[in-house]
Amino acid sequence: MRTFDWRDTARIAILLVVAATILFPLAATFLGGFKTSGELRLAPFSLPEVWRFEFYGDVLGNPNFWSYMWNSLFIALLTVFITLMTGAMAAYVFSHIKFFGSDYIMSYLLLGMMFPLAAAVVPLFIKIRDLGLLDTPWGVILPQAAFGLGFSVLLFKTFFDQLPRELFEAARIDGISYIGFFFRFTLPLSTPILGTVAVFVFVTSWNNYLLPLIVLNDSASFPWTLGMMQYRGEFIVEWNKILAFVTLTLVPALIFFLAAQRYIVAGLTGGAVKG
Amino acid sequence: MAVAETNNIISPAQGRPSALKRALSDGRLVTVLVFLPPALLLFTLFVTLPLIEAAGYAGYKWSGYGDPTEWVGMRNFEILQKHSAFHQSLMNTVWVIVASCLLQIPLAMSMALLIYRKTWSNTVFRLIFFAPYILAEVATGLIWSFIFDGDYGVAAMASQALGGEPFFPLSDRTWAFPVVLFVVVWKFFGFHMMIFIAALQGIPEDLTEAARIDGAKPGQITWFVKLPLLKPAIAVSVFFAVIGSLQLFDLIVPLTNGGPSNSTHTIVSYLYTFGLTRLKVGFGSAVGIVLFLITVAFAVVYRNTAMKET
Repeated sequence: MRTFDWRDTARIAILLVVAATILFPLAATFLGGFKTSGELRLAPFSLPEVWRFEFYGDVLGNPNFWSYMWNSLFIALLTVFITLMTGAMAAYVFSHIKFFGSDYIMSYLLLGMMFPLAAAVVPLFIKIRDLGLLDTPWGVILPQAAFGLGFSVLLFKTFFDQLPRELFEAARIDGISYIGFFFRFTLPLSTPILGTVAVFVFVTSWNNYLLPLIVLNDSASFPWTLGMMQYRGEFIVEWNKILAFVTLTLVPALIFFLAAQRYIVAGLTGGAVKG
Repeated sequence: MAVAETNNIISPAQGRPSALKRALSDGRLVTVLVFLPPALLLFTLFVTLPLIEAAGYAGYKWSGYGDPTEWVGMRNFEILQKHSAFHQSLMNTVWVIVASCLLQIPLAMSMALLIYRKTWSNTVFRLIFFAPYILAEVATGLIWSFIFDGDYGVAAMASQALGGEPFFPLSDRTWAFPVVLFVVVWKFFGFHMMIFIAALQGIPEDLTEAARIDGAKPGQITWFVKLPLLKPAIAVSVFFAVIGSLQLFDLIVPLTNGGPSNSTHTIVSYLYTFGLTRLKVGFGSAVGIVLFLITVAFAVVYRNTAMKET
């Protein structure tokens, strides 16, 4: 038995270097929030000499911060709800009721996966304005749901097709309607795929920047991505405050990521394998 | 069963009226009429119509107020063709694609090969490498703009060590875009790594085992057994990398905002800066149409060549 395996040592060394490159800026951001501006300038990457909590405290005591977080949460939750409901209902029709043209309608929705939101962003702005949705959360929620539809319909349809047909037939004989079956059986049996899609839609919405940027003007309606850029504009030379702010906005995302990791990976690989 | 139903509906023996009546009485028609419209309406209103309107607006000079009346034909496209900042944004986008395919994907593949086996330590590395993908792009950009700030971060330390003037890489025409490319790789390689890990875990053990028994070295197993089997995953990965590169925007804003002197725009940040913020609806739509055509052309060609082969 060898006492020293150079292959494994090299492997671990490479992994540690890459991991350090990932963690280094994140750690610097977290630590930076504890330093004064002067200390940050002299020693940007070391541990703080004195752990000062006032900059984090300032952010946490700032009502705008909580307003940004709440707006992001509200927009993300409603986007998830609307995408799941409309997507699952449409996919249920495609899965259970074949009629002339249903395949075309589904392909039409799936095309949406390919369309970049950015390409139509100017007319989208005009449309949102004409509908009177500028500066309302709906101006962000509805287009986000619309752009998430293709992906969710595809995943839902694939999943619904795999549910046992016998169940559906038995329910029909027992006199349960199509709509009743959807709510009483299809949805409860589909929690894994609902979870996967929900996590993806939620993260996409939580991190979205371009759409809120064009739709929202009033800082009271800003999600945290816009709020963060606004905060940066206000404290342009005080990096310690900005870093504290960034760290605090990342905390919910990281907690959510660790909690929902399983769904995220399932979604990625499921989507990847089926292309 | 669903297929049988389809046959019933269109079979001439049954006749259309009775099929329709049946669909009505068993609730299928109602279900279709209740379940389908919300998705169709949402999609048509916010995805299809804006794209069609972009094609229409692209022929006008319009500030967005009142009705578009000033028809300029192909003028917007001609302006675009002559604008050096647009050429630069196209070149930059090409560079993002190149960096994604030649740096990011090989890095993602190497990391996947190193940690695809299910062990405790590999799971930890996997989580760390994937973490940047979960971070919002704006937050990522902001963090790196601190690291590369000439007064504070790495750049400041480097210039102090060399005894030179403070150096601001993000405001430097030569260095700004390479920094952007670095951040792109940092942010997105974990996503591609996950695709490869899933594919590697799908390779049956007996294949690599057979190669080992035949005397293949670990490097040879990787090169001749694993990589060929990963072709479909690589094809998918390249597809996502290109589509993502074409839409890169959020990262640019906090890092450089397109500067210095419009040298770091991508197509979308160009569109935003020159089309939307100045409310040149026609011009912005024209840029959008160009982006749309590039995306669709790539998707169609790629699906019929690279994706089909694998």
